[in-house]
Amino acid sequence: MAAVSSIPATQVLGGTQRLRDRFGDRLLFLLTLLASLLAIGAMIAIAYKVFHGAWPAIQDFGLAFLTSSAWDVNKAAFGALPGLYGTAITSFLALLIAGPLAIAIALFLSELAPRAVRGVIGPLVEMLAAIPSVVLGLWGILVLGPFVAAHVEPWLSKTFGFIPIFSGDPNSSGIFIAVLVLAIMIVPIVASICRELFLAVPRELEEGALALGATRWEMVRGVVLSSSRPGIAAALILGLGRALGEAIAVTQVIGAGWWIHKSIYDPGDTLAGRIAAQFQGYSSNEQLSSLFYLAAILLVIGLVTNLAAQLIVRRFDVHRAGAR
Amino acid sequence: MAVAEQAYSLRGDRRSRRRRFANTAAEGIALAAALTAIAVLATVVLSVARRGLGEISVGFLTEDLPLFGQPGGGIAPLIVGSALLVAIATAIALPLGVLTAIFLTEFAERRSAAVIQLTLDLMAGLPSIILGVFIFGLLVAGHTQSGYAGGIALSIVMLPLIARSTQEVLRLVPTSHREGALALGASRWRTVVGVVLPSAFGGILTGTVLAIARAAGETAPLLFATSIYANTVTFDPTHALPNIPVQIFIWSESADPNDHKRAWAAALVLLLFVLVTSLLGRAALARSRKKLGQ
Repeated sequence: MAAVSSIPATQVLGGTQRLRDRFGDRLLFLLTLLASLLAIGAMIAIAYKVFHGAWPAIQDFGLAFLTSSAWDVNKAAFGALPGLYGTAITSFLALLIAGPLAIAIALFLSELAPRAVRGVIGPLVEMLAAIPSVVLGLWGILVLGPFVAAHVEPWLSKTFGFIPIFSGDPNSSGIFIAVLVLAIMIVPIVASICRELFLAVPRELEEGALALGATRWEMVRGVVLSSSRPGIAAALILGLGRALGEAIAVTQVIGAGWWIHKSIYDPGDTLAGRIAAQFQGYSSNEQLSSLFYLAAILLVIGLVTNLAAQLIVRRFDVHRAGAR
Repeated sequence: MAVAEQAYSLRGDRRSRRRRFANTAAEGIALAAALTAIAVLATVVLSVARRGLGEISVGFLTEDLPLFGQPGGGIAPLIVGSALLVAIATAIALPLGVLTAIFLTEFAERRSAAVIQLTLDLMAGLPSIILGVFIFGLLVAGHTQSGYAGGIALSIVMLPLIARSTQEVLRLVPTSHREGALALGASRWRTVVGVVLPSAFGGILTGTVLAIARAAGETAPLLFATSIYANTVTFDPTHALPNIPVQIFIWSESADPNDHKRAWAAALVLLLFVLVTSLLGRAALARSRKKLGQ
């Protein structure tokens, strides 16, 4: 009887507590879900706002915008071609310089350097990524630009002048300075991703290669590099994405010329650079909308490169996990 | 026997010498690459320090911005404004980021988690100038510039960083802790609030510090949101807030050599803050990861 009479009491107690718990669980779930949906909503809002602002220009110019070199506020004629060219050549050349350098740094930090040295050099390389782009741009325009124009570009044009892009007169602000600044920005990004990749290569494979008599370099080439190839590609694409989208430092050093010159010492402009330079002081609605159009192009390019890199990373991770 | 030993000697073989040479060369190149990166870092930091140090004084840190073309002046309004902008951004991004991370680790099933993670990664990879254009279109066009607009723009920079770093530390909290709490009759939300979050607190904090270091140096998101401001100290986020990155950008584009000097000094202040903060954040992150990983 006593046992029976105690049952309702515990049920009542358990009932209110359970109610509170169920409410709390539900609330936490809803809050976290809402926050997550907000992130997705923000991405959609970003795409919507950019394309909404670009819509008048998209209607006016259509796809011909992509192949036109015009940028005349008075005639309301605008085109993206010089910016597309500038964006492509600056990021491509920056990647060409930064890619091998970053991979070599990552190999040094993951495979070659003694542990104590890694602990010092690793964080220093990552510090390079922490330098704000506006500071790097300031350095680029006031220190690097004049130095390169005085010492590097004359030598380059004398030695490689037979290649059209390396011919021409030195210039302390231009495409080439932008390339160097962008390369500095993407080295630490690519290096730190690659280092993680190389560290994840199974130890047994590396030791196996060494035990078979391979030198360190042969082990690195045959085991580490070849098994991380997709990841390296993803890291390079992420670095490329960063270079494509950089606006501030590029605007500071590139010299703002809406044209396509064959010499990379000459000023030029990128999509992001033109937006940063002209958005604030726009003088007509057509110009503002054209700048939004540039932003829309940049958004699409940025999303596509990042998506490609993320998909490679994800597939690669699955493969790794499956192999283990 | 002696003859056989000589035949197997590795020393004289031309092929092995070439292999060893290739190995040494590769190691040398890797070392040279690492040294190049460090040399670039040292050059940039020393350039900024050398040019900025002479300009920094008590007056420079405490006075109002110079009026156009006037000598002297200081960056007090920039420091206050930047602090406010980052504070607004943190107030938005920290709760949202932590909640998103909780959803990802505690509630979401695989497919929805994958979608949200991809969204966060894409958000982190967005060109920051796009954020500037977006905030202009959303909050500034048709209204005026404001500190709130700038803070929201920076919060979009910080959100994916905080969410991802929090998610990482939440994952490191052992499942046995959660199961223990649940087995003792605690509900889901009590487990999260009472067990999971406290043990991840240090990691969340350091992730936030790193995001702050990143946001403090961002220029592009602020460029169209809070770039036309008064030259005095302002605490009102409904108006444009003066801030360090945008002012460095403005000064660096100026033709006045005095403005270049100011730009160097402001760059030194910003660089010191960013480097020290991210160094501390990194050190703390490594420690809290180690603690949780055990």
